[in-house]
Amino acid sequence: MKRMLICLAMSTALTVPASAQDVKLGLLLGFTGPLESVAPDMAAGAELAIKEVNDSGLFLNGSKITTIRADSTCVDAGAATAAAERLVSSDKVSAIIGDTCSGASAAVLTNVALPKGVVMVSPSATSPALSTLKSNGFFYRTASSDARQGEILAAIMKDHGVKTAAITYTNNDYGKGLSDSIKTNFEKLGGKVTIVASHEDGKADYSAEVASLASAGGDVLVVAGYLDQGGKGIVRASLDAGAFDKFVLPDGMIGDSLVKAIGKDLNGSFGDIPGSNSNGAEIFKAMVTKAGFKVGPYSAESYDAAALTLLAMQASKSSEGSVFKNKIMEVANGPGEQILPGELAKGLKILAEGGKIDYVGATNVKLVPPGESAGNFREILVKDGALTTVGYR
Amino acid sequence: MQDYANAFVLLLNYVVVPATTYGCQLALGALGVSLIFSVLRFSNFAHGELMSFGTMITLLVTWWLQAHGLTIQPLATALLALPAGVLVTVLLSLATDRFVYRYYRIKRSDPIVLLIVSIGVMLVMSGLVRFIIGTDDRTLDDGVRFVISAKQFRDLTGLQEGLAIRATQIITIALAAVSVGLLFWFLRHTKTGKAMRAFADNEDLAGLSGISAQRVVTITWVVAATLATLAGVLYGLDKSFRPFVYQQLVLPIFAAAIVGGFGNPVGAIVGGFIVAFSEVALTYSFKRFFSYVLPADWLPDGLYQLISTDYKYAVSFVILVVVLIVRPSGFLNTRSS
Repeated sequence: MKRMLICLAMSTALTVPASAQDVKLGLLLGFTGPLESVAPDMAAGAELAIKEVNDSGLFLNGSKITTIRADSTCVDAGAATAAAERLVSSDKVSAIIGDTCSGASAAVLTNVALPKGVVMVSPSATSPALSTLKSNGFFYRTASSDARQGEILAAIMKDHGVKTAAITYTNNDYGKGLSDSIKTNFEKLGGKVTIVASHEDGKADYSAEVASLASAGGDVLVVAGYLDQGGKGIVRASLDAGAFDKFVLPDGMIGDSLVKAIGKDLNGSFGDIPGSNSNGAEIFKAMVTKAGFKVGPYSAESYDAAALTLLAMQASKSSEGSVFKNKIMEVANGPGEQILPGELAKGLKILAEGGKIDYVGATNVKLVPPGESAGNFREILVKDGALTTVGYR
Repeated sequence: MQDYANAFVLLLNYVVVPATTYGCQLALGALGVSLIFSVLRFSNFAHGELMSFGTMITLLVTWWLQAHGLTIQPLATALLALPAGVLVTVLLSLATDRFVYRYYRIKRSDPIVLLIVSIGVMLVMSGLVRFIIGTDDRTLDDGVRFVISAKQFRDLTGLQEGLAIRATQIITIALAAVSVGLLFWFLRHTKTGKAMRAFADNEDLAGLSGISAQRVVTITWVVAATLATLAGVLYGLDKSFRPFVYQQLVLPIFAAAIVGGFGNPVGAIVGGFIVAFSEVALTYSFKRFFSYVLPADWLPDGLYQLISTDYKYAVSFVILVVVLIVRPSGFLNTRSS
């Protein structure tokens, strides 16, 4: 009897029709670690898209999507791999939205996603190294490579009249890649980089690091680090010692917690963060406010990452990674009907009827090979103790 | 002349002031380690965790005081909470002695056994601290930040270089000086202090002269725990409190105690400053300093930095190894090791 039941159970499991199965998405983000203050808004962004698709009831003939959150820790590649392994092997997710950080994304891609054939869409991994990593089309990102951010930042610095700059970066893939790109681009524009020095996260005291940066000198200090970690310590120590009073803040340093911690001394510093002025951003902001959370760094990219994944599944009528991965670029770049945030139901309907769409989303998604966002950036200026948007690039 | 003044202020700002503050914090820690070593005759590796525990209690009391609106502006509230932190830490160290170390002392175990026991105590304490307050980075300082800021100094003197002195740096140096003074007076001039020194010189002879061993041990723990809490709170005020960082502090503290000669209080203080100044000066980039004192065309492009700041911790290791090779008993020790 028992055996029969098991056989029955197994056969039912095997013969579940393709029409309405439940699809699981893994949210692999750095819920603890250096970007822990950013991760909740990212998760909320992704879950907003998933809820929208669920509510429409149009996804893969009425399938429901469930999300499973997992903590990648961002800095510990081993922990990130283990978390991803669990998502794939025991929770059986169809795709992973994540990871937050570049190093962890590379580890998960190489050790889990690629061998198991699971698609990964990262909303925020920006290291240039990921562009050249072998992915067989299983890795996409709705964030752009830092090679692009370096170009933008260098241009912003030039516009602010910066002639010489000192650069410090957090000692990992993200920091190294970004600082290299800023240096190359800034020098191309005629600027002079006085020093490029790394710093370790998680120290109590950064006065020695700041002392050598100060000795090299420069109009500004570029801090390619994290706002909850060494980046904050470097800014604090620089201000304490009077070494620098203006900072260039790349995406990892943009967040309200930094402004709150440092206060008015940060006024006049500037930076950038991915973002666009398309209609999508405005609509997304309204949706987010209605849903009761705030637009944090990368929450729009997270929404787009989840929406893109689900739309590609719909387009290929399958939640099998090896099948729907071929549709991601097509859905993102069109040609077809333009889909903004809040219009996912419309997109699902068009795809179900065999039509074509061009997903615009909250960040004006345009993917360039090998599958990363072309990159739109929001220029930020710290003014009166708050982050203000100057313009878009 | 202006150039030399600038160079001087530059060194003060980036080397002398930070290293002096750091040296004071290390010296207080090293004094505690040194005291335990000379009276109880073992290397107490749990000293960093004792600092961490004391700082944690002080932080908790600080929060409580802040919640009740009890502050002593412009000074940091943590200073008001410090006595409570000291008290609880003293109680903890006495309890540890009663339930752990006493057993091995009565058995007259080897110092090496006690050393290993202290590593066990360290692990338990670090677990306790993480359990109570977590692993996050916390700030203790809520008082006025600067005595003089770099910009104020520049405006005042008209020099290009600024000198920033933070309130916490002054507090650290002042409190360290006062407590070291009190400690020396205690060891030299009080009967209990003399008893402790006698006990440190020869345990059995001290016992025969009617000195109570238990009393000396208790007082040693009280003094060591007080010094540990003080060192921990001052470090936390000046920088920030994070359990992991405090665990790592054991290394420079032991380097300081060994450099000066284990068991010698003056040595511990001198050792603290040697380690602090070498860490800061060896990793400092002297480029800007030379740009003031050398003619412009003598100046090559390099940073004039002996080693990268990434290797700051290695400095303590190197000092430790060199001292152990060249003069194992320490520079200021008159006793044989």
